[in-house]
Order: sequence, then C-alpha cells, then structure tokens
Amino acid sequence: MSASPFSLWVYLAQSPLLWLTVTLVVYAVTDALSLRTRRHPLANPVLHAMWIVAAFLLLTGTPYTTYFAGAQFVHFLLGPATVALAVPLYQNRWTVLQAIVPMLAALVLGSITAIVSVVMLAEAFGLPRDVVLSLAPKSVTAGVAMGISESLHADPSLTAVAVVLTGIIGAVIVTPLMNRTGITDFRARGFAAGLAAHGIGTARAFQVDPLAGTFSGIAMSLNALVTSFLVPLAVTLLIR
Amino acid sequence: MIASLGLILLCQLVGEVVVRGLALPLPGPVLGLVLLLVLLLLRDKIRALAVGPLAGDGTGSIEGVSRVLLANLSLLFVPAGVGVVQKLDLVAAHGLAIAAVLVLSVVVTLLVTVAAFVVTSRLVARKREPS
Repeated sequence: MSASPFSLWVYLAQSPLLWLTVTLVVYAVTDALSLRTRRHPLANPVLHAMWIVAAFLLLTGTPYTTYFAGAQFVHFLLGPATVALAVPLYQNRWTVLQAIVPMLAALVLGSITAIVSVVMLAEAFGLPRDVVLSLAPKSVTAGVAMGISESLHADPSLTAVAVVLTGIIGAVIVTPLMNRTGITDFRARGFAAGLAAHGIGTARAFQVDPLAGTFSGIAMSLNALVTSFLVPLAVTLLIR
Repeated sequence: MIASLGLILLCQLVGEVVVRGLALPLPGPVLGLVLLLVLLLLRDKIRALAVGPLAGDGTGSIEGVSRVLLANLSLLFVPAGVGVVQKLDLVAAHGLAIAAVLVLSVVVTLLVTVAAFVVTSRLVARKREPS
C-alpha cells in the first residue's frame, strides 16, 4: 500500500514543510561551513544558501510561489528582528549617545550616496528605466525597500533580489575594504556596514565585533527612515 | 520566551497600526523598534514595569529572545534572495551590468559613510578638548 515515490514527491513539493526544511537545513550547513572557515567573507552563509536553494528549485522545476509558501515563515521574522534591534541599542545607549553627531553626519551623507550612486551608475550603464527605479532603494532592509519600490511603480520582486545581493556584496567586501583604509574605529566600520548593506551587513558586523554590530543595527534602522524620504526625491531630481 | 516573543510582535503590531492609521512614511517595524526602546528605558524608571519579559536579562527575557533573533539575522534574508529564480531572463540580459552597479555603489557608500563618521568624530573630539 506504499505510495509511489513520484506521488510522494508531488505531495511533499506542494507542502510548506519541505521548503521550510530545505531553507533551514541548507542554511545550517552553509553557516557551519562559514564558522569552519572562521567566518571568511567569501564563505558568506546567505550567498551560498541562496544559490543552492535556487539551483534546487530550478532542478526540480518548483515555482518560486510554491517555495515561498514554506519559506514565508522565515521571511516573516524580518519584521520582529527589526523590532529586536531595540535591545542592543538599549544596552549600548551611552556609547551611542556619545557618538550622536558623527552618526547623524554619516547617516545623511551615506544615505544620499547610497541612492545617488546607484541611480547614476545604473543610468550610465544604460539599464532600462524600471530596473533603475527598482535598484534605487537597494541599501535598506527588504520589507522597507519593497514598499518604496511599490510606491515608485517599479518591480518590488526585483528590488528584493537587489537588496539581498547588495547585502551580500557589502558583507563580503566590508572587512577587507575597511582593513585597507586602516580605520580601526569599530563604531564607524559597523555604521558603514549597516548603512550600505542593511541586515546582512549587520549580521556580518556582529560576527566581527559586538560594538560594530550595534552601530550597524542603528545605521540600518535609521537608514530605513531616511531612505523612505530620500528615494522619491532623488528619483524626481535624477531621472528624466 | 513566549511572552517576550509576544511583546516583540505586539510592538510591531502597534507600529504597523499607527503607521497605516496616520499614513506615516516609515516602516511599521521601525516604529516598533522605537516603542520597545521606550519600554526598556521606562522599565528603569518605573519598577512596576519590570515584570514578565521585561523582568531583566535571562534566556526567556526580551534580551535573550532578541539575542537569538539577531544571532540568526542572515537566515531571514534567504527566502527573498532565492527570488532570483524569477528573474533569470533579466539576469541573462543585464546581470553583469547590475552586479557592477551594485558593487561600485556599495564600495562608494561604505567609504563615504565611514569617512563621514571618522572625520566628524575627530572634529567633535577636538572641540571638546580644552584648548
């Protein structure tokens, strides 16, 4: 009375259980490998989990919507994780208050740079208009960026991919780049990581130094605020 | 642990309701962050608030649960990243240009931000020193 392997697959491939399990197990493996390499930037767990799961979907011909029905439980936690950033912020409140002026300067200049540079570069590379618009909010966390993209009538799903790629790029290059500049102020390094590469940059910063992680989290949440205002403004000024 | 998770979700929910209700141009979870921060600061002033999830640092407390969530922050981006499978035609057409744009923009943003932070921090320190 056993079901054929094929009908078992058809059943499992439609259930959230399989895709949630795949997401967690693949990430657990890539994270363990990242730990094994002592957190080498190129062993970034998101980068490798992303292409392995994507390849698995393509090989099995599973549509993304089916996958997301299972993976949405993980995706949902992005919101609560943003709220949870209040805790490191509270625990480091005195260090943060002391650095309020440099933080605000870095926030304003960094946020403007993040938007203007991506829009101008994308135009210079001759990318189509809707792609340029979808890339504009790439430095803020996924949920916020998708909202901005929607209000610009761009493509929120492309924005989500651009956001994750930006985060991975930032997490991979931040440590070698900062070591080359010779800057050892971990508040500044963390702040830059969170501003340019949101949650993935923040995850990277927490791996390097707890203080860097805290400043990265602050930069990520402040940038979400500022970018919501700046992107519509920059788009009207820069794109004709 | 459940109470702490409940409190985090409650902050996010209130944030979401206020943002939608007042049509504020900021994301709900960010307002939720501000709310939780205010609660933690109030706890230090008002003893009666220091109960349940806010009772103090421990595994089931708001501090413990937040640490677990933030320690696994990377994982939460995997589902959105896998969305690249929907965009393979775009990757084929413009993949290299998009990658180049993102890499250059991230490098410039990182350098400008870190420089702004370090320079301002030195200026402030110099001003504070008695001359």
